[in-house]
Amino acid sequence: MSHQPIRFYQTGTFTVGNRLLDPALRTVQSDNERANSLTSGHRACQGCGEALGARYAVDAAVRATQGNLIVVNATGCLEVFSTPYPESSWQVPWMHSLFGNAPAVASGVAAALKVQGKSHIRVLAQGGDGGTTDIGLGCLSGMFERNDDVLYLCYDNEAYMNTGVQRSSATPAGARTATTPVAGPEPGAPFGQGKNLPLIAMAHGIPYVATASVANLHDLERKVEHAMDLRGSRYIHVHVPCPLGWGSEPADTIKVARMAVESGLFPLYEAEYGEVTGRVPIRKLAPVNAYLKLQRRFAHLFRPEEDLARLAAIQGIADRNIRRFGLLPDEKPMEAKND
Amino acid sequence: MVCMDGFILTHAYERVDIADQAQVDAFLPKFAPRQMLDPQHKVSIGAMVGPEAFMEVRYLQHHKQLQALELIPQLSGEFERHFGRPCGGLVRPYRTEEAETIVIALGSVNGTIQDVVDEMRAAGVSIGSVSIGSFRPFPLEALRDAVGSAKRLVVVEKDLAVGIGGIVSMDVRKSVAGLGTVVYTVIAGLGGRSITCSSLRQLLDRALLDELEPVTFLDLNWSVVRRHLDREARERRSGPTAEAILRDVGTVASRAH
Repeated sequence: MSHQPIRFYQTGTFTVGNRLLDPALRTVQSDNERANSLTSGHRACQGCGEALGARYAVDAAVRATQGNLIVVNATGCLEVFSTPYPESSWQVPWMHSLFGNAPAVASGVAAALKVQGKSHIRVLAQGGDGGTTDIGLGCLSGMFERNDDVLYLCYDNEAYMNTGVQRSSATPAGARTATTPVAGPEPGAPFGQGKNLPLIAMAHGIPYVATASVANLHDLERKVEHAMDLRGSRYIHVHVPCPLGWGSEPADTIKVARMAVESGLFPLYEAEYGEVTGRVPIRKLAPVNAYLKLQRRFAHLFRPEEDLARLAAIQGIADRNIRRFGLLPDEKPMEAKND
Repeated sequence: MVCMDGFILTHAYERVDIADQAQVDAFLPKFAPRQMLDPQHKVSIGAMVGPEAFMEVRYLQHHKQLQALELIPQLSGEFERHFGRPCGGLVRPYRTEEAETIVIALGSVNGTIQDVVDEMRAAGVSIGSVSIGSFRPFPLEALRDAVGSAKRLVVVEKDLAVGIGGIVSMDVRKSVAGLGTVVYTVIAGLGGRSITCSSLRQLLDRALLDELEPVTFLDLNWSVVRRHLDREARERRSGPTAEAILRDVGTVASRAH
């Protein structure tokens, strides 16, 4: 495992709980009064991006609602590692039902609170990419369409990790999974397939859609807090590396997530009523190879020799994202263009 | 278990009594669920249960069902005293006194069955019926008491467990095990097919002579069935079953079969 020194002098960076920041700008995790919604002792793997993302997102939502939060969870890694009966790591009222019905359950909780006149208690639903982009999409689309007062968080680790790394509709092109093995003329996940759920959410014209990454936890917290200021259906898609499924070093989770953002493969933006209203510009543009090389799921693109055609295709995806969302300072967004 | 007559009840109108809210509030206890999603009392609901506890969780569901077996008749009595009409209970016997033959069914078909019972009683036949009001928990003892010393039971059920036959009649057999009662399974009304008084009357006339098969399919059109089996024997690509049969039957109209 490579050694990563902790540099305490990184003022003004996005470093977690940076005590040199102005107290008002510090993350909720540096607050002794934080909710600790997903507390220690759970069974996530070392370096789990989802556990990190969930801890920040839910604590931010708890702070934004002064503790008046109910959480509904889809089946998936997050549910399995946090609540193996009779243990629970949740210090919020929390409910799990099925893999695909978290949005419907959350809609029901919101409706019940509305009937009871408890508008101060808010609802957060969360799931992985499998429960969100595949199994729960029907329920989620219904929740969006009715504009139910729920914030839905998708922690996207780009495959079904808890059941053994099977491809989902969020698995990126070229990635090796158990069901897209490195075999045949087109190794890994096929190109030209999969869903872009933030764009699908935006197409519903809901009040708020955002993407976020565990590489930028301040941005994640800000987006969650902004979402809790709004009513109606809100959706945040959080990119969370999975060392187990991606074949990356547990210590590199943040680095991997940052490379996805800095290469343009995972654009950070937000949208209101279907219209892009904000974007996080790339600070230091990286080639997609810098992201892909950190992960063994893409190793076949580099060995025995570089698969130039597929690497160029992946770079093309990143370049289109950069153009589409205007992620470089000198790039104007090109939303009207169909690509 | 809450059961619903698909189609018959979902696509029909009926006059119903609705009690006024004050009466209902006086009858029902205050709504106080055991499990609440409440920020003041944080709990996790729906945790993953593995082999170390799943048996116990399932047993508790069974235990609660068995408790309902005692509570249903008790609450049914209280309901009747409060609202002046019964609300069901576990089983509802109809003219079963001294009956040699008893028809057993669940749900709305009991209205038709009671009409046939009346008609046959008028003709001097010793017959009655029992409507089962609770499928799960299944009222083994209440049913055994309700059928008394009847010689034969005819279970009319709108279901089919493919490969074995009736579902309700298996439970009925368990209920009268050891009594020597003959139990006939009658599969009827699948897919919303009407169960008519005349079909039931013919069926029960045969039952009185003990001419029924252990599993009888009421109003089954054997010529359609044979025709399709012949077709399958003739050609490999015999096509989709339901569509082929519909072509055989011709124009489908709403009528008694």
